[in-house]
Parts: sequence; structure tokens; C-alpha cells
Amino acid sequence: MAKVDMTDVREKDVNVSDLVFKYMRPEHLPHIWCPGCGNGIIMRDVAQAIEDLKINRNNLVVVSGIGCSSRAAGYFDCSTIHTTHGRAIAFATGIKMARPELEVVVLTGDGDASAIGGNHLIHAARRNIGITVIVMNNTIYGMTGGQYSPTTPTGDYGTTAPYGNIDRPFDVALLAAAAGATYAAHGDCFHVPETTRLIRDGIAHKGFSIIEVADVCPTYYGRKNKKGSAVDMMRNQKENFVTAAQAKRMSPEELEGRYVLGVIQELDFPEYTEAYEKVIEKAQGGAK
Amino acid sequence: MAKRVLMQGNEACVEGAIAAGMRFYAGYPITPSTEIAEVSALRLPQVGGKFIQMEDELASIACAIGASATGVKAMTATSGPGFSLKQENLGYACLAEIPLVVVDVQRSGPSTGLPTSPSQGDVMMARWGTHGDHPIIVISPSSVRETYELAIRCFNLSEKYRTPVIFLMDEIVGHLREGVEIPEAGTFEIVDRPVPEHYYPKKHAYHLEEGELVPKMAPFGAGERYNVTGLLHDDTGFPTNNNKIAGDLVERLMKKIDDNYDDIVTTEEVGMEDADIALYVYGGTMRAALTAMEMARAKGFKVGIFRPVTIWPFAERELREVAKKVKRIVVAEHNYGQMLREVERVAKDDCEVRFVGKVNGTVITPEEILQKIEEA
Amino acid sequence: MKKELILNSAWCKGCGICVAFCPKGALELARGKVQRKEGTDCILCGQCELRCPDYAIFVQEKEE
Repeated sequence: MAKVDMTDVREKDVNVSDLVFKYMRPEHLPHIWCPGCGNGIIMRDVAQAIEDLKINRNNLVVVSGIGCSSRAAGYFDCSTIHTTHGRAIAFATGIKMARPELEVVVLTGDGDASAIGGNHLIHAARRNIGITVIVMNNTIYGMTGGQYSPTTPTGDYGTTAPYGNIDRPFDVALLAAAAGATYAAHGDCFHVPETTRLIRDGIAHKGFSIIEVADVCPTYYGRKNKKGSAVDMMRNQKENFVTAAQAKRMSPEELEGRYVLGVIQELDFPEYTEAYEKVIEKAQGGAK
Repeated sequence: MAKRVLMQGNEACVEGAIAAGMRFYAGYPITPSTEIAEVSALRLPQVGGKFIQMEDELASIACAIGASATGVKAMTATSGPGFSLKQENLGYACLAEIPLVVVDVQRSGPSTGLPTSPSQGDVMMARWGTHGDHPIIVISPSSVRETYELAIRCFNLSEKYRTPVIFLMDEIVGHLREGVEIPEAGTFEIVDRPVPEHYYPKKHAYHLEEGELVPKMAPFGAGERYNVTGLLHDDTGFPTNNNKIAGDLVERLMKKIDDNYDDIVTTEEVGMEDADIALYVYGGTMRAALTAMEMARAKGFKVGIFRPVTIWPFAERELREVAKKVKRIVVAEHNYGQMLREVERVAKDDCEVRFVGKVNGTVITPEEILQKIEEA
Repeated sequence: MKKELILNSAWCKGCGICVAFCPKGALELARGKVQRKEGTDCILCGQCELRCPDYAIFVQEKEE
């Protein structure tokens, strides 16, 4: 077995925060995303959640697919794997299955997770494999320049919906919950402490967890749909998105048109890799 | 003592793979490869390995690559339609240099085709199926016994060169039952992928010393925290737009296989010593060729067989020698002439090339090959 | 331990999110980059850091 040299040879720049230095790769920053893109905010939430949970970076694997969101994996300082479009959850399943002691986090987008990768999402949820999926839902295909996605609201515009989108949107966390996700939650970019807590609880959860985070894409979604600047889109989340605690105190009338953040499903069910350990026991007992 | 057991080709594939160290299998049921999944599901947990039935073919190969990234030898198996679906991630494993064995038990196509009928119609897909220029190693067995041995060889080559290897079986061999000598552990070579002697956090995972072609990468979770991507990348594993670095990477991937031709390419020759007619066959077609050779020799024809065991890289050097020696090569394959063109490219200046092909789901008979030997 | 606000203009893309949500109005954009607004108080609450997509503004303990 090879020796592990734990010396960290990096030098910290005074212009980099402790959190970013500890969990990210500052030499690859600033990131590629547009000004005001919410991906960076969500990435910081994930780093904070990892810090809160005291996860050893050597045991952490961040997996992503393809799209704006999926560039996030490479910015984390751990084992990172930027896979093919839609397949991040399938790769993550292999990693977790082969090495259950690793903490596996998938960073994905609405298109990656619910269109081209929708099948893997529902089946990973159904199996209850212990990975955490964070969906950066910007309701648009950003990397390719603004085509409508499975989460684009009906009536909104995209470059492939020049007359308005006639599709109905998915609620990705709800979709996964219906498929059996044992932890499913909604977060956003504005409510950072709440969303960070949801991500933290999702990672700590034994079993499949999904946190769908309402993202901000001022460049493609915002501009095409006259949603204003990144600040305007953040303000919309501030004013119209409410935490679960706030929602409890609100009347149905007050909740009309609001997006509620928080946990939508939490279940107790055997985790997949643990269940497989029992298969191994059975197979080896039966072999004698 | 080696023990002799009656085994099906698909079963031999799994047993050979386990002997080679396979401890992870992800798959999706498809005829005629399903027994590989079934036997893996039964056998892997017995040896502490893991089996998972994924939701589709794309997930199966992705899952196997993920497992392999953690240092576990992994395999997935499929047949024609499923092999089509696996192509994208095959290229990913080539570029990311993650070892993997992909079994394709070929069946008649195109499309859903004839699911239980033999074919060798995926030979070119095995070479060129995934987009972009990429290296590939493809190996094809012609008997159950050889299936066992070559499954081990597929893993060894995959590990050694950190590249996916395609085990190109066909329905003939996959569903055939034969007696197989199971060699004792320790009597055959097992190769493990190159890893660094010391793990350093943030090391350049794809770094190579002078003269090296295969990077030494630590498994995920071992302490090196590196990046893997399907984008063309530099030696840190991060995407690059530098055309020099991008070009050098693709060139190295090709060289990694091309420069090791002698290690990778194997062929078999039967009765070629005095032959002036050579049969060019591979995989399950070998069986008809052996009978055809006997029949032809009984009639006074000097017939031999040249069989590439490694299908890709193409056994060009060996074939060129054969072409210089004989007056005719008869190519027999269960397709519309996929390897025929390759054989013609190499041999047509030195000898004539005739063809026997089948695309109707039946097997090529010895008589059909004999006819091409006898005709003027 | 004393805290301080640090601005990394090399990473700032000028989206203005920190400026908009600073509870004390203590930030402004100048030539596309964030800067402290003269005559205002920064209370080192760190709201800017939480929502900066580019990690270009943060509150950290001061090196003594």
C-alpha cells in the first residue's frame, strides 16, 4: 500500500477566504460563470456544509455531469470527476457502491438531472443509494445559450421556445421524492443559511438525498424573460420564497404564489450499499 | 491441478473475469449476453465483489467506470443495441484513462435485429463506435476455453494501459457449452493498474516521466485529490484550450496502444506451414473454418487458417506475411464484409481476396467456405 | 479576535449582489468592481460573503 503524504504544499493568498482555501482549488478561480450566476453561491453553500460536517477531503468525491452547473466539480479540492451529460448519478452510484466509505456528492443542473439524466435520478432515488444530489436549477440550458429545459415555467421563453414554452415544468425534488428519495428538499440562492443547512442535512442523511436549489441565471433565463438583473432575480427570491418555518405561520392566501423552502420528504429506509453487504453475507454463507 | 468443467461461453467470461480480479459488475439484461449478468450476480458477492443491475445500458457503463475510478476492476456486458448505447462513455474511459472491460456478445442487427442469432456485425463499431479519434483494444474468443483465458487477458491489458478493452464475443461462443480446463490461481499472470508509489495531495494525476505513456493514478479516496474530465485536459486533469496540449494528449493516447503493438496483438495460425490458401476468420467463425480446412485438405487443397485473436489494433504485420505467402485469402465473417475491406487494404497487392459473409442470422457452414476455396 | 472585510477585486465580476443586500449600504460598484462606500459603516455581518458568487468579498479574522 502506498504511503500518503499529507503535506499541503499550497500557499494561501490573503485574498482568498479560509473556507474557499480549505475546500476549493483557488488556482482555478475565478470560475467560468457569468457575473451574477448563482452557481458560485450554491458552491459556497456546499463547501460550508462540508466544513460543518467536518468531512475529510480525502474521503470526499464530487461528481458532475455536463452543463454550467457541472463545471462546479473541478473547483472543489477533493477527488472530482466531471463525467458525461446526464450520467453523473450513474457514475456516482458506481463510486459509492465500490467504496461505501466515501462521501459522494453530485453537482448537477436541471437539464443534466431531469432531462438527459432523468432515468438515473429516479432509479438512484428508488434504490436509496447513499449519495447526495444537488440540483442547480436555473430553469434553462445555459451552456448552450438559453434553450428551455424540463424546469422552464410554461409560457416562458428560450431560444428554442421563441413563441413561449408549452411544456409543463418538473419540480425535480418532488419528482425524486415520488421515486422514493429518503431526503428531498428545496433551497435557493438568497436564503443561504437555510439552504446550507438543507445541504448539510442531506449529506449527513444516510440514503439518497436531493436538494434542488433555485438558481439564478441572469444571462440566459433572466434576459430572455425580462426578469431583470441578477440583483432583481435575487430580490425575487428574497421577497417571494419563504422558509418552511415562515410558511407555517402563513395563511393559504399569503402562501399563494410563494415558493416554500425546506424539506419535502424524509423517510427511513435501508441504504443500498448496506443492503448489499447483507447480500455478500448471504452469498458467502450459502457457498459453504 | 487444473480442473475440467463443462461451461457456457458467457459463464466462462465471468469466471475468467473473476480470476483476473473483477470485483464489480454493472449491467442491464440483453440477449444473448444476459447470462454474464446472471452469473456475475451469483458469483461476485461470493468473492466479496459487487453486482448491480442498472436502469439502462448508459448507466451500466457509467457505473462501472465510476467503480473503476476507485481502483476496483470493473466490467459491463451487453449485446448490439446495448453496445450502441454504451459508445459515448466508452470514449470517456479512453480519454480519462480509466480501466474497464466491456463485453459485447454480438447478435444479428441492425436495430433489434435477430436477438438470439449469431453475428459479427459490431466489429467496426467496436473500433470506431465512440466519436472522435481514440485508441481501442478489441479481443475476440473462438472457444469457451479461450473465453476464460482471454477474459483474463482483457483485464490485464486494460489495467496495464489504463484503457477500456472490448471483449468482442459472438452468440456462437457465448451460448456454446464446452469443457474448460480451469487453471489454478497463480499459474497465470494478473496485472494491476499502475499507481504512484507515494500519494501526494493535488499531484498532477496525468503526469508522465520521460518515456512513459501510461499515467500512474491513485484510486479515488486514496489521498490524491485530482480532477478527471471528459474534456481534453492537461496533466493536472483540468480542461485546456491549448491546442498543443490537446493534440499531444490525443497523440499520446493513440501511441499508448500503437507503440505496444507487439504486446497487444496476438494471432493464431493453423496449418499455415504449407498453405497456399488462407482462411481469414475470427471469433466463433473459427469453428466452421477448421472443418472447412479439413474438408479442403482431404480434396488436396493446401489450406491454412489465419485468425486474429486481437481484432483491434488490426494484425496488419502478421497478415502481410500471410498475403506474401499465399495466392488466395478467403475472408469468412458473419457480416456484410467489415473486416474484408481491412484485409483487402493490406493483402490485395500480394494475393486475391474472396469473401463469405452472412447476415441472415444463420451460421456460415464449412461447405460455404469450401466453395470459396474450390472456385476458380 | 478582530475581524476585517476583505475585497478581492481580481475575482469580482461586478454583479452588484453584495451591494444590493448590504444591510448598511456600505458597498458600491466603481468601474465594475465592488468597493467600500465612503462615509458608511461596515458592521462585518458577512451577508456579502454569503451571497457573493465569486468569493471576492469576505469577512475574516484579522491577523494580529
